[in-house]
Amino acid sequence: MNELFGPFVDNEFMRHALLAGVLVSILCACVGTFMVLRGLAFVGDALAHGVLPGIAIAMLVGAPAFAGAAVGALVMMGGVNVVQRRTRLSPDTAVGLLFVGMLALGVIITSRSASFSGDITHILFGEILSVDSVHLAWIGVTAFVVGVTTWALRRPFLLLSIDNDLADTSGFRSNRYNTVMMMLIGAVVVASFQTVGTLLVFGMLVAPAATAALITRRLGTMILVASVVGSISTWVGLLVSYHADLAAGATVVVTAVCFFVVALIVRGGTSGFVSAHPSHSGHAHVGHDH
Amino acid sequence: MAFIETEDLAVGFDRHVVVDGITLDVEPGGLVVLMGTNGSGKSTMLRTLAGLLEPMAGEVKVLGDWPGHHSARVAYLPQHPQSLATLPLRARDVVAMGRYASQGLFGRTSTADREAVDSAMARMSVTQFRDKPLHALSGGQQQRVHLAQILARQADVVLLDEPTAGLDAQGRKAVARMVQEERDAGHCVVMATHDLVDAEPADTVLLLAHRLIAQGPPDQTLTDENLRACYGFTDRH
Repeated sequence: MNELFGPFVDNEFMRHALLAGVLVSILCACVGTFMVLRGLAFVGDALAHGVLPGIAIAMLVGAPAFAGAAVGALVMMGGVNVVQRRTRLSPDTAVGLLFVGMLALGVIITSRSASFSGDITHILFGEILSVDSVHLAWIGVTAFVVGVTTWALRRPFLLLSIDNDLADTSGFRSNRYNTVMMMLIGAVVVASFQTVGTLLVFGMLVAPAATAALITRRLGTMILVASVVGSISTWVGLLVSYHADLAAGATVVVTAVCFFVVALIVRGGTSGFVSAHPSHSGHAHVGHDH
Repeated sequence: MAFIETEDLAVGFDRHVVVDGITLDVEPGGLVVLMGTNGSGKSTMLRTLAGLLEPMAGEVKVLGDWPGHHSARVAYLPQHPQSLATLPLRARDVVAMGRYASQGLFGRTSTADREAVDSAMARMSVTQFRDKPLHALSGGQQQRVHLAQILARQADVVLLDEPTAGLDAQGRKAVARMVQEERDAGHCVVMATHDLVDAEPADTVLLLAHRLIAQGPPDQTLTDENLRACYGFTDRH
């Protein structure tokens, strides 16, 4: 038992890391669930990387990193919005180019810094073991705000998970609520990047939510299961990294992905998907459909 | 007052007019059926009435205002409603979403809401699937659940895009019964279909083929000549 709990009892940095990871898991579960249901995983990934130039510029000029990340997220959201509305390219292509461009720009800006390799590693993979009380408070406040907002907007978000048109015809403007969802993803990325990094926050957004999607039938349960999967991944990941001397943030995310793979295997063996085969009757028909 | 009024309406999208010259009044209890080939403008017309597309020209009023203004009083069933396999929703949850338009963001779920959902599920014979995940149902069963969601809205204007597609004979009868009950309740129905049987009880049929081929009661509209002009052949039996 000492191996399981000792590191957290003996070390304040491990307790902070665990608390930060649990809060990030709750944050990511609230937003990641709707991201997975909306098929916005790639946009979320792009947004997570789009903050890189903002953080890099903030570090160069000595401004707070989260402020740079917030500006980076806003620029990226604007960019994704423009390419989705204005281009005839598939959204994947346009968003993908934007994402790679922002990532490369971030690396270029960071390369001007004296400690280039250290900075870029911290931004991409986070520093979960050096989370302080102030940062914990920030994540806590963000988790509260994001949690309340997600609960308040559950109806339009649920309608959007089925179809933009269903939201629009139910009196909830899809453009407005899609924008709010992007802002929530941005808030999660900004609050989480110091913990698990911009590269790995995507894993925490998607892996627990995707795991929950495989094993739950209700939305509330899905968010709860995603929070629990993320929290257990944090605990297991931190323990493994502590005992095996591995990179902590990456181990947490790998653990979350392992949970998904296990759920996929278990679900694959027991699921009873019924495929949809529309039946037809012998009515009089005219037209080119049949 | 007519629930739907159009005057020389042109509908389309991406600056492209699909069909124009539609003048129509749909009274409470009325049934208008839109027939025509794929791409003839049926869905575009319904999407315009639902407020999802801007009219290209002419006038259109739904419940006395611009389309989309009275969202809680208008129900729209799209063609092939989406149902993502990962969506963690039971059939009852999907039907209950029909109440969101009248509940708004923060309205509490009342007894009347729950009764509307139960009644809608019973009318579409999907009560037995209430706790099943949507993705575990067949295509026809899912379509009935989506139709129950439309009923749960208790809307004055019901817009249905090919509601009988993918349904068996029993499902088609359920839709015909649903349409009649909506009319009896004083609601109006505008329905796109490829099925001549669906058009028989209509007050007005619009036969479309990128233009208005014919408009009027079914017996005057669905003539062999008009059907040939619309589809290029007839398949009536």
